[in-house]
Amino acid sequence: MLDLESLAKSFRGTAAVSGISFSLGQGEVLGFLGQNGAGKSTTMRMIAGVLEPDAGDARILGHSIISARRDAQKLIGYLPEGAPLYADMTPIGFLRFLADTHGLSGPDRRSAIDRVIADARIASVTHQPISTLSKGYKRRVGLAGAILHDPPVLLLDEPTDGLDPVQKRAVRALIARMAPEKAILISTHTLEEVPAMCSRVIVVDRGMVVADSTPDDLAASQPGGLEQAFIQLASDMSDNSA
Amino acid sequence: MMRELANLWTGVRAAWRREVFAFFATPLAYVFIAIFLIVLGVFTWDLSRFFDTGAADLGPFFYWHPWLYLLFMPALAMRLWSDETSAGTSELLLALPVSLPGLVIGKLLAAWTVAAAALILTFPWWITANILGPADNAAIALSYFVSLIMAGAYLGVGACISALTRSPVLAFVCGVIIAFLLTAAGWPLVTGAIADVFGTAAGDSIATFSFLTHFETAQRGVLELRGLAFYLGFIALCIVLNTIFVSHRRSGVQ
Ligand SMILES: Nc1ncnc2c1ncn2[C@@H]1O[C@H](COP(=O)(O)OP(=O)(O)O)[C@@H](O)[C@H]1O
Ligand SMILES: [Mg+2]
Repeated sequence: MLDLESLAKSFRGTAAVSGISFSLGQGEVLGFLGQNGAGKSTTMRMIAGVLEPDAGDARILGHSIISARRDAQKLIGYLPEGAPLYADMTPIGFLRFLADTHGLSGPDRRSAIDRVIADARIASVTHQPISTLSKGYKRRVGLAGAILHDPPVLLLDEPTDGLDPVQKRAVRALIARMAPEKAILISTHTLEEVPAMCSRVIVVDRGMVVADSTPDDLAASQPGGLEQAFIQLASDMSDNSA
Repeated sequence: MMRELANLWTGVRAAWRREVFAFFATPLAYVFIAIFLIVLGVFTWDLSRFFDTGAADLGPFFYWHPWLYLLFMPALAMRLWSDETSAGTSELLLALPVSLPGLVIGKLLAAWTVAAAALILTFPWWITANILGPADNAAIALSYFVSLIMAGAYLGVGACISALTRSPVLAFVCGVIIAFLLTAAGWPLVTGAIADVFGTAAGDSIATFSFLTHFETAQRGVLELRGLAFYLGFIALCIVLNTIFVSHRRSGVQ
């Protein structure tokens, strides 16, 4: 459902992403791992059509994000890093705005909003200003916005970052409920939650894919498990390029 | 073509709804309208001695519109795009399959709606003019209409600049400076000075780019298509530039 073809992006001459390719199918939850600054967010922003790649392409069900951006974007739900929201709105107002931008109106709009309020479990806060919500609720409001148009591909940039364990579990449960019908790309640098959430992992370092495996295989590759495998991959790359 | 227009309309409506709601959900719009009415009242009454002239003429009232707009409209527009940048919500907007020009127009129209509400609430002046004597209501209606269009041009400048910064204060200050230049270019003091130095032709041509000049024609009761075309063309230019400034973020420059 999602195909990346040698995506690349530099900022002022410094490569942030240098040729990332992979494919993601329905039912897959891909953990996109890497240290801070590895290029995870830059990759996801390019797939979402927020950032133009210098080279390469991303196809969402065959629609190129470069030559058919709007068609591709209709099929994507994107939760940016930090889940930015309009602090002055209520969750219901925010969801109505997003529904408007997707051209949903009348009963379609109402049923889509009701569906995501139930899915994201935010019914108790729908009329509270977003600025007064807890971090966990804010994140779930952001997620509700990302799935409002029921997109087949989800890009979630650090969806559990900064949440407490209970909030993390709520977000993970939501992702698990959606997983069977969608292709989901989740970036994270917290390794513990990878086995619980993801069916596949890709490790990126300095803008390049350095491992593509399952959480179990990656953990089995090193005696210290997933964490050591991760550190090994990152430092190998540093040594090679130094 | 039809699909593009439908997309544009979707964006306009979504952004307009959100922004109008945001203006009126907070005290912002009410405070803005109240202060605008008070300042306009004080200027018209006190500085222009509205009642001393005793004439059923709103000239002293309309005289102040451009000078107040150059302060008030940048204030109304300063948050339109700078807030999206500072809160990171532009990241959401750019990922939506929505028309960017549509969003730009919708936001501008929302601020314009607040300006229109403020203008409508000046109706007691119109009534007063009619009480003082027989007023030229056609000329007054025309002045109101052109004033509203002119407000849109001031808002266009403000919106455009707010897309260049994450700071509303900076957007306000720069907006006021540019709006001042666009206004003062038609001020007799400025056009006179330019005419003295560079000749009458230079003074006149600078004046044709001023918001002031085209508004004064309207106040004389003349609907000049050239003036209207000037404001509308200027607004269109602002919308185009605003769209370019926002979509430029896709290249990754911040
Ligand atoms: N807009 C930008 N301008 C300049 N450099 C950027 C920009 N965005 C990201 N970078 C740089 O690109 C690299 C990758 O960043 P990012 O994709 O955010 O990493 P990650 O999400 O994996 O932590 C970093 O070195 C970062 O400093
Ligand atoms: Mg990141």
